[in-house]
Amino acid sequence: MIMISGTAIYVLWLREMKRYVRAKSRIIGSILQPMFFLVFLGLGFNRMAVPGMKPGVDYIQFLVPGILGMTLLFSSSMQGLSVLWDREFGFLKEIMIAPVSRTSIVLGRIAGGTTTTMMQGLLVLGLTFVIGFRVNGFLNFLLALVFMILIAFTFIGLGLIFASRMKDMQGFGMIINFIIFPLFFLSGALYPLDNLPSFIRILSYADPLTYGIDGLRGTMIGLNSRPIGIDLAILCGFALVMLFLGTYFFEKSESV
Amino acid sequence: MKAIVVDQLTKTFEDVTAVDHISFEVPQGELFGLLGPNGAGKTTTINMLSTLLKPTSGRAEVGGYDIVKNRDDVRKSIGVVFQEPALDGKLTGRENLEFHAMMYGLRKDERNRRIDDVLALVELVDKARVLVDKYSGGMKRRLEIGRGLIQHPKVLFLDEPTLGLDAQTRRHIWDYVRKLNRDKKVTIILTTHYMEEADFLCDRIAIMDHGKFVALDTPPRLKDVLGGDVVSLEVEGNAAPLDDAFKALNWLKKYTRREDVLNLTMEKGERRIPEIITLAQQLGVTVGCVHLRKPSLEDVFLHFTGRTIREQEANASERNRTMMMGHGRR
Repeated sequence: MIMISGTAIYVLWLREMKRYVRAKSRIIGSILQPMFFLVFLGLGFNRMAVPGMKPGVDYIQFLVPGILGMTLLFSSSMQGLSVLWDREFGFLKEIMIAPVSRTSIVLGRIAGGTTTTMMQGLLVLGLTFVIGFRVNGFLNFLLALVFMILIAFTFIGLGLIFASRMKDMQGFGMIINFIIFPLFFLSGALYPLDNLPSFIRILSYADPLTYGIDGLRGTMIGLNSRPIGIDLAILCGFALVMLFLGTYFFEKSESV
Repeated sequence: MKAIVVDQLTKTFEDVTAVDHISFEVPQGELFGLLGPNGAGKTTTINMLSTLLKPTSGRAEVGGYDIVKNRDDVRKSIGVVFQEPALDGKLTGRENLEFHAMMYGLRKDERNRRIDDVLALVELVDKARVLVDKYSGGMKRRLEIGRGLIQHPKVLFLDEPTLGLDAQTRRHIWDYVRKLNRDKKVTIILTTHYMEEADFLCDRIAIMDHGKFVALDTPPRLKDVLGGDVVSLEVEGNAAPLDDAFKALNWLKKYTRREDVLNLTMEKGERRIPEIITLAQQLGVTVGCVHLRKPSLEDVFLHFTGRTIREQEANASERNRTMMMGHGRR
């Protein structure tokens, strides 16, 4: 029988919130990075004819959901990988020694990670509002929020899988360079996927972020390449599988 | 009632046996010490007893609960202070304690009361609202000891509680540990590689080497194994006449002489010194210098393992390095 402790989930979430609010430089850095992407890529390519782009679509409009997806990808996978930091700084033992089920611990981490990722995403989205980006209506905004949450779930799960399999920080850079960046470039965040050679395009179909970004683009600016329902269903599937695997590997991992 | 029962407990990492079929019992209220060099298996033992590691074989009970089958019950009955700090530096001292108390399911009133209690006990009341990153090493250690007590554990594990602390802070921590054991009746299991720490604090000590117990007894009885105090004399002139006279003394346990240096082993050496000097003078030998040495746990360790703990340390770090390389390849 699995006992879920609401208090444990709450206190793990609360810890994440406190850490997030206190790390001002981290917040600023993680907002500046997507904004730089948006401004420089946006300005740089805005006047250029991006191949495969539908006529009449502004590149910056096209780019905003992509950069939002990027923000969510980086923020949530870092949250999943934060188990590694806790292991490095010893705090993981304090968590693992407590008389609460491992499932409660994972749920607490997912709750905290999702909240900070969403805050990050909404901050970036708010800034794009300042530079003139508009979402097509309130209902679409709500649907976009659903996509954002699903992206967060998926990559927190992915981060947890890797963090549970690793003993130390050594493989961290490898994961960023060989997993996270390819996921980003394959997702169509920066350009329409039609531009990619067909063998790479096949890889992009295996990338959960592809469906996330297509869904965000569909809900936000009405520019999806698949029906939104399909994006939603596939992303839901990815999120469930990743969360399940992340939980499974975390529960199996040794705490020291 | 036994606080801890360990039976043939073993942990193997790949091809290294860190803990090798150890068995022992700790009655409630005892302050039990695990003494040994780094790499002897002390921390692995603690990690198994505190449910962080699963044993390869053997079994153990803590507070009456099996460490594999009833992990949650064991976790509720113990407090652990780890060798490496396990605090969140981005939280204040009080927040670290609150996190802990909530993980143990304490309700708000009870939580606040106990947090105030332990903060007072470890004298951190006025630092409670400071981020732990700003704490000194000694303060962190005190906060962790306090944290381990919030859930009122039956058994408290302290893994190298004074490692890397200055002498003054070390004394301070010793006082806390004693106070806890005597006033609050907490059973304490302490690991250390400081002889004087084990000697000063522990009711009983297990000397651990290469994953095995080589001795287990009270500190005085461990020292008795060595036969008592050693009185060394340096004499002037011909010392030969002393040999027979000293060997005839019925209270002398051991006698050796190298040129003009004599080593005599006996109990209560300080009471025998006048007699020894008088005897020497009667035989016309002048004593130039007397030295009394009480056996230390260091000598006990040397006796049981054939090495001093410092020699051991060097070998152990060598072993650790090979183990870590093994990890890296995986």
